[in-house]
Amino acid sequence: MIFAFTIAQVIVACAAGLLCVSIGLAGRRPNDLTLGGLVLVEVLLLVQLVIALIAPALGNHPRGSIPLFYVYLISALLIPPLAVVWALIERTRWSTVVLGVAAFAIAVMVVRMAQIWAP
Amino acid sequence: MSGAQNTEEPEAAVPGGTSATRRAGSGVGRVLVAVYAVLAIAATGRSVFQIIDRFSEAPVAFLLSALAGVIYIVATIALAARLRTLALITISIELVGVLVVGTLSLVAPALLGLDSLDPFGRESTVWSVYGAGYLLVPLALPVLGLLYLRSRAGRTGRPTKV
Repeated sequence: MIFAFTIAQVIVACAAGLLCVSIGLAGRRPNDLTLGGLVLVEVLLLVQLVIALIAPALGNHPRGSIPLFYVYLISALLIPPLAVVWALIERTRWSTVVLGVAAFAIAVMVVRMAQIWAP
Repeated sequence: MSGAQNTEEPEAAVPGGTSATRRAGSGVGRVLVAVYAVLAIAATGRSVFQIIDRFSEAPVAFLLSALAGVIYIVATIALAARLRTLALITISIELVGVLVVGTLSLVAPALLGLDSLDPFGRESTVWSVYGAGYLLVPLALPVLGLLYLRSRAGRTGRPTKV
């Protein structure tokens, strides 16, 4: 894992979470902005996956459990698509809040992944 | 999503017992279901990993954690499927569980086989220290869940439904 990138990823996920929860509670249905926020979170997770796959070859080895790290990463990769599908099926303000919940969950999971990579 | 106009408009907030209110109400329930689902996956996934990887370190705590995970899964399904009684039972168990195990983990950690109370440590479980390893969400969620169930019961007049 690259520390600076991981920090940036957590900040983006928290920002997306805050944005979606606020906009959702303000009564807006999922829109391009909130769905786009979750797409960005997902893209950063994919970048994180590529980094995690390449890093050991470049001498950046995880110190914690590798299987546990990938359990977190793969679960995390599934969450934003599920939230987006939910938002597209059920177009209510609460789906916007759910998008925010998903983004916050990713933030927490990325922090956990960082703890596992370098405890 | 080439921005249909109505996506930008706030939904009408309808006070009173109309069907629109029920939809909005079940909408809040949706958020609860989402949070429960995340916690169910987190608790179950972690306890399964702990049991496979290091069961002997704290068997009681890990088994309790697995039980908590299963209860969260059942509660998630009960909320999603609007099975009021099942939701009430499982959410009540969660509240009692987090309070009892949380207190035990602080007062008598040895009873649970815990050597460390680090909420993010390798022995951390979903209910230890009132769920501190999960940002206290396990403590807040059952309370919110019970409040939600009560509000639904009062509003819909359909005692068998959430």
